[in-house]
Amino acid sequence: METYTAWKSLITSGGAASAWQRFYVYFYQSFIEKDRWRQYLEGVGRTLYVTALALMLGVVLGVIVAVVRAAHDQQRPGRRNPILGALNLIFRVYVTVIRGTPMMVQLLIMGFVIFSSSKNFALVGALTLGINSGAYQAEIIRGGLMSIDSGQMEAGRSLGLGYGDTMRFIVVPQAIKAILPALGNEFIVLLKDTSLISVIGGKELLYAARAIVSRTYEAMFPFLGAAAIYLALVMIFTWLLGVFERRLRQSDRR
Amino acid sequence: MIVVKNLCKDFGNLKVLNNVSAHIRPGECVVIIGASGSGKSTFLRCLNLLEIPTSGEILLDGVSITDPKTDINKVRQKMGMVFQHFNLFPNMTILRNITLAPVRTGLMTKEEARKAALELLGRVGLQDKAEAYPAQLSGGQKQRVAIVRALCMRPEVLLFDEPTSALDPEMVGEVLDVMKDLAREGMTMVVVTHEMGFAREVASRVIFLDDGVIAEEGAPEKIFSHPESERLRSFLSKVL
Repeated sequence: METYTAWKSLITSGGAASAWQRFYVYFYQSFIEKDRWRQYLEGVGRTLYVTALALMLGVVLGVIVAVVRAAHDQQRPGRRNPILGALNLIFRVYVTVIRGTPMMVQLLIMGFVIFSSSKNFALVGALTLGINSGAYQAEIIRGGLMSIDSGQMEAGRSLGLGYGDTMRFIVVPQAIKAILPALGNEFIVLLKDTSLISVIGGKELLYAARAIVSRTYEAMFPFLGAAAIYLALVMIFTWLLGVFERRLRQSDRR
Repeated sequence: MIVVKNLCKDFGNLKVLNNVSAHIRPGECVVIIGASGSGKSTFLRCLNLLEIPTSGEILLDGVSITDPKTDINKVRQKMGMVFQHFNLFPNMTILRNITLAPVRTGLMTKEEARKAALELLGRVGLQDKAEAYPAQLSGGQKQRVAIVRALCMRPEVLLFDEPTSALDPEMVGEVLDVMKDLAREGMTMVVVTHEMGFAREVASRVIFLDDGVIAEEGAPEKIFSHPESERLRSFLSKVL
């Protein structure tokens, strides 16, 4: 503490400080002074919270959209269900609009137009991210469902199982295994995209880093610190996905 | 048992089946032969509505299955199907492959299905594979499991869609043996195959499909030894 104050006044008074002294001072004021590490930690917590919310919403939306669209495409010609047709159209518009506009623009519209009176910025951010991610996940999941050999559906149906049962027990479990790498990639993108919600005032890791920069007038350490934390989170995530993937794959060659 | 009346199936402009009528009686083993593209598989797949006929009617035990009001899942529970490429479910054990449908459709309890599956597996000599996964089995073993899977639903009819065409030659025999046993026990079977030896030995009736129509039909002895039409003669001269 005394070293810090002494070296800090040395730097602010324009004295000749060594590289080590500068490093120490900036590091100290970015992470340790006033227990600032707590702000990063809180930021991480909020980042994970927003990611989890958006992820759940995205998965639910993605599965619904993908199953409806796949079911629509697999209908027998001449026996099209009008409700499925209407839903399919709505979902196609959804996917087109979400994929066709930048994430940042969607956040600004949600934050300052649709929910302009809401003060719960993190929740609005999670909602936007979830809706955004759902559109991408829908296409990934749909691709997975389409990739399963049509013989699997035929075999299930030929045994007298309904469409729903065949999907649930036969097609979907195989599709999940096939799309896990692509889905993992989408989850990682989602985790990093939570940093965007700071533009509508949502508190998370980057928001904390920016707050510290505006206090200390020193940008390098807080931002590098935030980057390192994101990297660490993504690496943990990647590792978990790898474990999960290996466990799923065990079933085919035991 | 199965009555097919004036069945037509188009794929776009292509007429695959043209006014096919047939009658399959209980206990019969009907073998359908014909060149590739003659509509054999399409005919078979129409019988359990994996293909929707363009026109015509199919009756199972007097009930029209082509009627949109008929519950197709109930009909399919009475018609087992064995595919060329086995189509076992790779994400489940052999036992679960077999018991999934009888349990989910309410035909059997879990324990009953398990017992029935093990007994049937024993009959095809695969009892020790119950806990294996499809990827660990040879082609012939997979196809025998597929037959057991269809049998476990206690179907009235079994449909075979070229069951030995994807097998290595040395594995064809083990699958045909199972099918022969079934036919001998009086199982009603409709078999699309290129195994003329099987047709000659086991079939109660042979149907020769040519360009989507039944060109000739009769006892195997008549079809193979005294073919009437020129098309059948030239087909047989190529495959025998």
